[in-house]
Amino acid sequence: MTVVREEAAGPGTSYRFTLNGEPRELSVPGMRRLLDVLREDLGFTGTKEGCGEGECGACTVILDGMVVDSCLVPVCQVDGSEIRTVEGLTEAQNAALNPLQQAFLECGGAQCGICTPGMLMSAQAYLEDGGSADEDGIREAIAGNLCRCTGYTKIIDAIEAAALSREVDA
Amino acid sequence: MTAEPLVVSPANLDEAFALRAEGGWRPLAGGTDLMVQLEADVAEPPERVLDLWRLAELKGISTDGYEVSVGALTTYTELRHSPIISARLHALAEVAATVGAAQIQNRGTIGGNVCNASPAGDTLPVLLAVDAIFECGSTEGIREVPAREFWTGYRQTALRDDELLVRVRFAVDRSRHTRFRKVGTRAAQAISKVVIALSYKDDHGTWRNVRVALGSVAATTIRATGAEAVLEGSRPRQAVAEEAARVLAEEIAPIDDVRSSADYRRSVSGRILHRLLREEGGW
Repeated sequence: MTVVREEAAGPGTSYRFTLNGEPRELSVPGMRRLLDVLREDLGFTGTKEGCGEGECGACTVILDGMVVDSCLVPVCQVDGSEIRTVEGLTEAQNAALNPLQQAFLECGGAQCGICTPGMLMSAQAYLEDGGSADEDGIREAIAGNLCRCTGYTKIIDAIEAAALSREVDA
Repeated sequence: MTAEPLVVSPANLDEAFALRAEGGWRPLAGGTDLMVQLEADVAEPPERVLDLWRLAELKGISTDGYEVSVGALTTYTELRHSPIISARLHALAEVAATVGAAQIQNRGTIGGNVCNASPAGDTLPVLLAVDAIFECGSTEGIREVPAREFWTGYRQTALRDDELLVRVRFAVDRSRHTRFRKVGTRAAQAISKVVIALSYKDDHGTWRNVRVALGSVAATTIRATGAEAVLEGSRPRQAVAEEAARVLAEEIAPIDDVRSSADYRRSVSGRILHRLLREEGGW
């Protein structure tokens, strides 16, 4: 059994993925955290670091349609993937807030703001999966996102409002 | 962290086995344990990482009607949503739903849970209670290790340095009933204080092949053979349930740690077993 050693990914191996619809390619060590690639290498600082160990969800991004903690995903595992961060939620043409962001604004769903990008991504994935304005469903969808300010009530209100407005639109 | 580890993402399982045979390659599945260990500097960082995430041969859930076979890279999300798991071992779907929350469930894998061998690994008591078989693969082929022999000590397993866990199998048995309960600080994102699985074959009301398996009460996931002996061959009602709970609380030797106390774990283990028995018996 021969293994092609060129596949070995030392420092400087190139990884390609799509970030908020834009193709990206960069040479970084394979075990570098996606969170650091986003914030440090690409300057997408909307994604926050909270605990750095998968407990708080502040660094949540959507990877191939599913929420992940970007602090736990090494960049070698996103090669060829599609990544969405909070920067990708606004409507590209006019940088207007999307309906979910608008609902957070109107319902007071953000206080200090550290958990907000992660909350938005978890809620966005929930809504895109067809999640409804059901409180239990919303609570489960954001169970991996800790907020120390709001007590969650207004965050849940915001997600409910976004789900309801989508149902009206449909 | 010191030097950046070398990473290889092999294209197929044979390449992965060949690298494992060389020695020194640390397997990486969904990263939900390894990335935390690296960040916390609790483990010596590996020099070489074997990234298994894209190995299709390690994915998928299937059944031939006699056994269910679960690829080691199956995520908790996939376990939760699998019709086969829901029909054949619903407790495994339930336990998958209690691990972390969506972000962890989308990345964490059954193989990672088994091989990380944390005494708090939530799927482990269920797998132990149904006498699961672990397929350990290497360049030499597949070796089957029963769950009962797999966890050899605190975070130690029977997996050899040249092997990878390939699949987890368990028997399909309509007469077997398996229940699960986890006690944590909150419903999501909580590492277990106690996790318990109860499994038995219902022989016209008499319980046979009873298994009581627990996590977070010892250095490994364990079976409570004393409580099992109380239940074996019985038709558990209140008196038997009380005796089983008492024996269980006496036979385990949990520790005090940041998540709970030995006294609480001992007492709550007996209580949950009692409750599971009551719910199963419908009394």
